[in-house]
Amino acid sequence: MDHISPVLWQFLVKWMEHFALFPPEASKIAPQMDALFFFMVLVSLIGLTVVVLLIISFSILYSKKRHPVAVQIEGSTLLEATWTIIPLGLFLIMFVWGSLIYFRVYTPPANAMNIYVVGKQWMWKAEHPGGQHEINALHIPTGRPIQLTLISQDVFHSFSIPAFRVKREAIPGRYTSVWFEATQVGTYHLFCTQYCGTNHSAMIGDIVVMTPDDYRKWLAESTSGMSLAQNGERLFASLSCNACHNGRPDARGPSLANVYGSNLTLANGQTTHVDEAYLRDAILNPSDHVTQGYTPIMPTYQGQISEDGVISLVEYIKTLNSNYRVEQTLNTTALLPDSEGKATSAGQKPAAEPSAKQGMVKQ
Amino acid sequence: MSDSTVTVTGAHAEHEHPPYQRHHFASMEQQVDTTSFAMWLFLLTEIMFFGGLFTAYLIFRNWYYPAFVEASHQLSIKEGTANTAVLIVSSFTMAMGVWCAETRRRGALVLCLCLTFILGLVFLGIKYDEYHEKYEKHHVPGLHYSLKSFTDPASDPEVHNAYPDDKPLMPDMARHTEIYFGLYFAMTGMHALHMIIGISILAFMIFRARAGAYTTGHVTFVNNFGLYWHFVDIIWIFLYPLLYLISRHA
Amino acid sequence: MSTDTIVRLPDQATARIPKVNFLSKENGLLSWLLTGDHKRIATLYLISITFFFAIGGALAGLIRLELLTPQSDLMAADTYNKVFSMHGIIMVFLFLVPSVPATLGNFLMPMMIGAKDLALPKINLLSWYLYIIAGGMIIYSMITGGVDTGWTFTVPLSTHYVNTNVITTGLAVFVAGFSSVFTGLNFIVTIHKMRAPGMTWFRLPLFVWSNYAASILMVLGTPVLAITLVLIVLERALGIGVFDPAKGGDPILFQHLFWFYSHPAVYIMILPGMGVISEVVSTFSRKRVFGYTAVAFSSVAIAVFAFFVWEHHMFIMGVSNYSTLVFSLLTMLVAVPSAIKIFNWSFTLYKGSITFETPMLYSFGFMGLFTIGGLTGVFLASTGTDIHLTETYFIVAHFHFVMVGGMLMAFLSGIHFWWPKWTGRMYPEKISQLAALITFIGFNLTFFPQFILGMLGMPRRYAAYPPEFQVLNVFSTAGATILGIGYLLPILYLTWSLKYGEIAGDNPWQATGLEWQTQSPPLTENFPEIPIVDHDAYDYEWLERKQKEVTSVG
Repeated sequence: MDHISPVLWQFLVKWMEHFALFPPEASKIAPQMDALFFFMVLVSLIGLTVVVLLIISFSILYSKKRHPVAVQIEGSTLLEATWTIIPLGLFLIMFVWGSLIYFRVYTPPANAMNIYVVGKQWMWKAEHPGGQHEINALHIPTGRPIQLTLISQDVFHSFSIPAFRVKREAIPGRYTSVWFEATQVGTYHLFCTQYCGTNHSAMIGDIVVMTPDDYRKWLAESTSGMSLAQNGERLFASLSCNACHNGRPDARGPSLANVYGSNLTLANGQTTHVDEAYLRDAILNPSDHVTQGYTPIMPTYQGQISEDGVISLVEYIKTLNSNYRVEQTLNTTALLPDSEGKATSAGQKPAAEPSAKQGMVKQ
Repeated sequence: MSDSTVTVTGAHAEHEHPPYQRHHFASMEQQVDTTSFAMWLFLLTEIMFFGGLFTAYLIFRNWYYPAFVEASHQLSIKEGTANTAVLIVSSFTMAMGVWCAETRRRGALVLCLCLTFILGLVFLGIKYDEYHEKYEKHHVPGLHYSLKSFTDPASDPEVHNAYPDDKPLMPDMARHTEIYFGLYFAMTGMHALHMIIGISILAFMIFRARAGAYTTGHVTFVNNFGLYWHFVDIIWIFLYPLLYLISRHA
Repeated sequence: MSTDTIVRLPDQATARIPKVNFLSKENGLLSWLLTGDHKRIATLYLISITFFFAIGGALAGLIRLELLTPQSDLMAADTYNKVFSMHGIIMVFLFLVPSVPATLGNFLMPMMIGAKDLALPKINLLSWYLYIIAGGMIIYSMITGGVDTGWTFTVPLSTHYVNTNVITTGLAVFVAGFSSVFTGLNFIVTIHKMRAPGMTWFRLPLFVWSNYAASILMVLGTPVLAITLVLIVLERALGIGVFDPAKGGDPILFQHLFWFYSHPAVYIMILPGMGVISEVVSTFSRKRVFGYTAVAFSSVAIAVFAFFVWEHHMFIMGVSNYSTLVFSLLTMLVAVPSAIKIFNWSFTLYKGSITFETPMLYSFGFMGLFTIGGLTGVFLASTGTDIHLTETYFIVAHFHFVMVGGMLMAFLSGIHFWWPKWTGRMYPEKISQLAALITFIGFNLTFFPQFILGMLGMPRRYAAYPPEFQVLNVFSTAGATILGIGYLLPILYLTWSLKYGEIAGDNPWQATGLEWQTQSPPLTENFPEIPIVDHDAYDYEWLERKQKEVTSVG
């Protein structure tokens, strides 16, 4: 130890501590993916060894010195078949195995807890259903399937958690989703893995996995008071959605009670399943999504509402399971401090122009 | 086909072949065959080139049909049909030109090429008129694009009277018309660019034809250019119904 | 006769470069700038490609320097983004796509099929001018600020969110694309129509088959890239909306259009290199390539399958899960012909008579490194592992293994192999073998750690990274330095050999191709008389018989 400068030694120690060759396995799918990965590594090693051995052994056995006269060989159909079928077989195994994992990762279970993630240059915003907001971090409990619904506010980003072996692109204009179940408490890397401009390398964060108890405590500490659905209810009223979607029989817009999860018949005769993506699209591109029996008069809210606002509205709509609930929203409008008298009782038709300036509430 | 094996003196005297045969070809037949094949292959690349635009167009037309219908009604069917007729006739005059070259009718060849040239210019003239109208009506994406004709059809009496059934579109559907016009200008613009290139080559060919370059039995240039011209025509024949004829019933 | 080399040079005391050859035929700048001779055009390409490779390589050096430390401390983040973008654009469009076809392909192909020139010499020259214009535009773009969208021009970043020279660079790539289309068109027409009498399809050297397959890809795929670039320019300049979700457009449409070309593009890059390997392995084993038909058909199979796999670049982008099944399966299928070729080349060595000159060393390097690169491609073809590995350094390592460990090694193999034919002079063997070794070591040290980094999750295109990734990055940069030396050496000694290299004579390697049966450097018209072909490719018995005939030295 006396021969090595203390500075150099510290440096070396620091390096070794940070030296990692393999990411931690912190989700349920991680070991499954790693199993396939190691199978592939094994097959690759064997394949490479075969090729290298062939080259080296032939080079030695048939070098010019040892084997001065070459023997002209046309080929061998048997060999061709062998090295076609065996690689093909191995590749097909990897195809099937990999596809199974892929479908598993991108098919969230029905009981998954949904967390919304909005990516924008150059940060990640996560929104828990109870209204907790995080920037560049995600607190989650172990032992529970968690679905992330992602969207970008500007360019392509990609939400990547190497320790969980999952990533998903966040695209402007529509939702994408991925799910996982964390198995190991700890803090793991969050990266943006789609080049998105200047601070792409800075769009990183922490995934904090906690025990369910700790997670509950964290939720309680970081709540902003309003859950996403409550915020959505507020927006629903302040944007005058309830002027048409008020649940009354003579309403100009369809009732939104129980619409989430239903199979809706559209004006063009097609049926569609109503999920988050449909709701978002219906808010931003209403003319493409007219319910049967109604006319395309809904104004678009494109440009008047941010992705966070849309998420809140979607969450609110998901909670609507009766017309009574919708009508309750009508009444809560009157309690809004900045109400400009937008909510109406039956009979009064508010000015709902396509370029309505009301409700410029950006969340 | 060719009997004009020219015997020359001087540096060229060692081998006998027509002056227009390139040295790396073994025979005129090979040269003609090769250059013809090359032109067909080039046209195949052009199909792939336009194919990307057609793909994008078909996808968006499927998604935003109402907007595309109303945007298409903004195009003048008279001018579009006229242009189609102009191009088909120009293809005919071009084919006649090739026949003239093959039968060594120099004067007739020049006439055919001139007619094709003029018809090409007529096409471009009509196109200019259409583009100008789009510009006036603020239907050029990026240049103060206006949705008014689609959100309020009554403000556009010319089109509204022709298509009274076209309902006013909500802004979020109406803004998709900008994609229609973007693709319209991209596709017809790319086509027009190919026309301009063709017309320029025609101008060059008219001069050479007058000098008799194509009536000596060496018709490859005219032939291959004819292929190009017909191809540009065929592209238009696809563009016309796709762009102009969406939901136009009597 | 040495037992460890097949090189047979003429007596250096009396040997001379032939007085009349394509280099000496005419003099003056215009005779070069207006040439129709495919060999001169190939020479022009060789010089320009080397120039752009040097620029791209310098940019790579800057990337590795920045990545020595976890912080973004060598240059501003924007600058780093421009550096890797320009590195990618220059290397892909100005080096990899044209390299073997435009230099070796242009030079050799007519001779290999027994023709006097390519079918369309003027189009060939036009190809080079388009390449130079594209290169000039990219240099201009670099000097005036560069572009920082990555070579993939992802929208909406490139259309709405950056202030850099996207339009200039996009147009430059458009022009380069047409250069590529015309080269491919020329090759296809030439191979179909200009073969010498007796040269049937199945007597063609495998180099010609590979270039033919690559040319199909060039001709059919590149126009789609061209139109995609046009749409980007229109979207950026006019906001037509095709890629803008706010107007109803779809950025995923861009991805489909872009990758529809850019995936076949990678096979455009590798297939001609594989052709070189066939020629070199055969010559230095003194044997016909094992399974000629299989290798020929594999080339065409790769070209056909290449068009149907593009979505594997988009597996995590929210495409339909079922579509990924289709594309994953097809990607697995496209891997098989490459495996077939590797085994066929390996078995070409069986019962051969092998020597280890520089071209053969580079070919061995290719076979090993391309195998690794190709196998890691399977990791990415399988959708389950792709989720974890995509957009990380695993991808970077994968494509550098196939492109640099594969393609660039094949290019160097070919340059050394045909150098004596091209210049009439031999390169110095010892230093070139050393350079090959240095390159191999440097390459592995540079790029193998990147597989591990990718598995750890380090994203690509990052200027800064978590500190625990530093050790592997330092190895990688150290390797890059060695690799740089390995690439610098050939530039130096090949230039040296132009004046001081040994005179090579017609056929120093005792090879069988038609190009070796004529003088070095060749005549402008390649052959005094068009040969009549009566033997298969790689017919060493025919060569032996021919050599026994009395030949007069010209």
